[in-house]
Amino acid sequence: MLGTTFLLAIRSIARHKLRSFLTTLGIIIGVAAVVTMVTLGQATTAAVQKSISSLGTNILQVRPGQGFGRGGGGPQPPNFKPEDVDAIAHQIAGVTAVAPQAQSSTTAIYEGANWSTTINGTTRAYFEVQPWPLTSGRTFTEAEEQAGKAVCIVGSTVAKNLFNGGEAIGARIRLSGISCDVIGTLSTRGQAGFGGDQDDVVIMPIKTVQRRFTGNRDIRLMLVGVDDAYSTAAVQASIEDLLRERRNINGSKQDDFNIFDTAQISNTLTATTNLLTQIVTAVAAISLIVGGIGIMNIMLVSVTERTREIGIRLAIGAVAREVLTQFLVEAVALSMLGGVIGLLLAQVVVGILSALGGLPFLFVPEINLIAFAISALIGVVFGYFPARRAAALNPIDALRHE
Amino acid sequence: MPSNAPGQAAPIISLRGVTKIYGEGATAFKALKGIDLDIAPGDFVAVMGASGSGKSTTMNILGCLDVPSSGTFLFRGHHVETLDRDQRALLRRKYLGFVFQGFNLLARTSALENVELPLLYRGDAKKERHEAAMAALEKVGLDKWWDHTPAELSGGQQQRVAIARAIVTSPDVLLADEPTGNLDSERSVEIMELLSGLNRDSNITVLMVTHEPEMAAFARTIVHFKDGLVERIEAQHHQGERVA
Repeated sequence: MLGTTFLLAIRSIARHKLRSFLTTLGIIIGVAAVVTMVTLGQATTAAVQKSISSLGTNILQVRPGQGFGRGGGGPQPPNFKPEDVDAIAHQIAGVTAVAPQAQSSTTAIYEGANWSTTINGTTRAYFEVQPWPLTSGRTFTEAEEQAGKAVCIVGSTVAKNLFNGGEAIGARIRLSGISCDVIGTLSTRGQAGFGGDQDDVVIMPIKTVQRRFTGNRDIRLMLVGVDDAYSTAAVQASIEDLLRERRNINGSKQDDFNIFDTAQISNTLTATTNLLTQIVTAVAAISLIVGGIGIMNIMLVSVTERTREIGIRLAIGAVAREVLTQFLVEAVALSMLGGVIGLLLAQVVVGILSALGGLPFLFVPEINLIAFAISALIGVVFGYFPARRAAALNPIDALRHE
Repeated sequence: MPSNAPGQAAPIISLRGVTKIYGEGATAFKALKGIDLDIAPGDFVAVMGASGSGKSTTMNILGCLDVPSSGTFLFRGHHVETLDRDQRALLRRKYLGFVFQGFNLLARTSALENVELPLLYRGDAKKERHEAAMAALEKVGLDKWWDHTPAELSGGQQQRVAIARAIVTSPDVLLADEPTGNLDSERSVEIMELLSGLNRDSNITVLMVTHEPEMAAFARTIVHFKDGLVERIEAQHHQGERVA
């Protein structure tokens, strides 16, 4: 009986195609908006977390200056020196390794190919504090680091553009007039969470870079690895105290350096994404309610239009519950139709926006299921009143209705 | 004498002191002022009377579409006036069939599906529904038109479909409210012959409201209403013999 009722409902909806479509528009938009936003939110969060975890967790970035957004005027705060690196590595408990960095821009030349890239001078510790495996070759030896040898490890973008798939290890490339032996190639890391190609880099011993490129002993960035057993926040506080002491910052004077926990980026971005998702979901919820009212309205019209039909059904012997079910099923079928169209629309929109935003296409079964269930529920809630009205009709009056 | 002729059998319908009052207080209108009426099983009754005489109100009560304000209504010996809305609906579904002046078929729905409708509520399986509905359409001579919608059928054909719908459940009583009111005289006679045939061959008790004496002539019994009361009951033996 319910199957037949459902078929009748579909037929009655099909009879008024345009009207049914317009009625379900609110549901379509609401469902599509909810599913799109939640899916994109999850895709963004996943992408951010992936790029953060590729940077490595339990890493503190220590930079001179007052951090993002602050600073401004005043003299440039001094860069770090190699002694600062040693102090942090040896005096603070919970630090696994400290990788200093000194950077310079250059053009790399190999045979006919040339490529503009960044030179990153660091130590072997760079590969200890973060997961970034080599695909071939090796990292620096201690002797090479101490002597400041011209050896380099190339990122995958550089390798692709210089060697074009050919053998890189053992090749001698020229960087701003300096010959350099390639001893290793890095695995592909992808885009950074905030743009920029992490693989467009040549890594050399820091002494080499300081001597041949920057011409000073300055260190612009330290990556500090934190032991899992220690609290990142506690280690961060210890480093802050140590650096204040070493840089003679006393009393209430502000730090002229900043320590950044990479996990914070992830948390901030996730919180922002969640807030955005919640706002759009609230708007979509309003759209769903408006859609429900639309369905209630059209069902009331339908009940009035079909008063005679209801009269016939009642005279023939339909009990109130059967008439109620008929109109309720019709309202639910209408709202579920809107739900299905909304879900399909959401996949299309998610596909387009994911492609535009460079995000992976996600299908989140839970949110699709929930959105569909909500669309059905709207049909029940907003269809009940018109259906009750139909079921309560007096058969004599209904049959006389013109 | 035919076996289904009104005889000494217990009445299928029995009204005692039935009144119907619309409204309350000073504006109350007494549509029925105390009806006593017995209808024998297998009878063919024509109900006549001017508008406002109470015949339609009586038919609504007999059709279990309305309840009396006071008095008793026995159907096959059971009290109907105490039944609630849904119980009366089930009684209609099982024992009554309706034919209306305006045909009242579902628009944009095939003749077959219209006839199947009461079986749908009875919960019959699809195959049985089809077979019973086709059999009913055959009885009214429209089995070849089963897939036509009301808009594609003439008035006479529509009323035949409505009759098929009324008899598809093999009801005890067929209530017809001016079934020929919208038809020309030739179609009217055809419909009346169909109803007489069903009354005679299928042993269905027929209650029919009509304004036209020519149509009432097909009945065995004519009940005249006047001012909310039964004025007189007229037995037409010659007619019974003629159709027999």
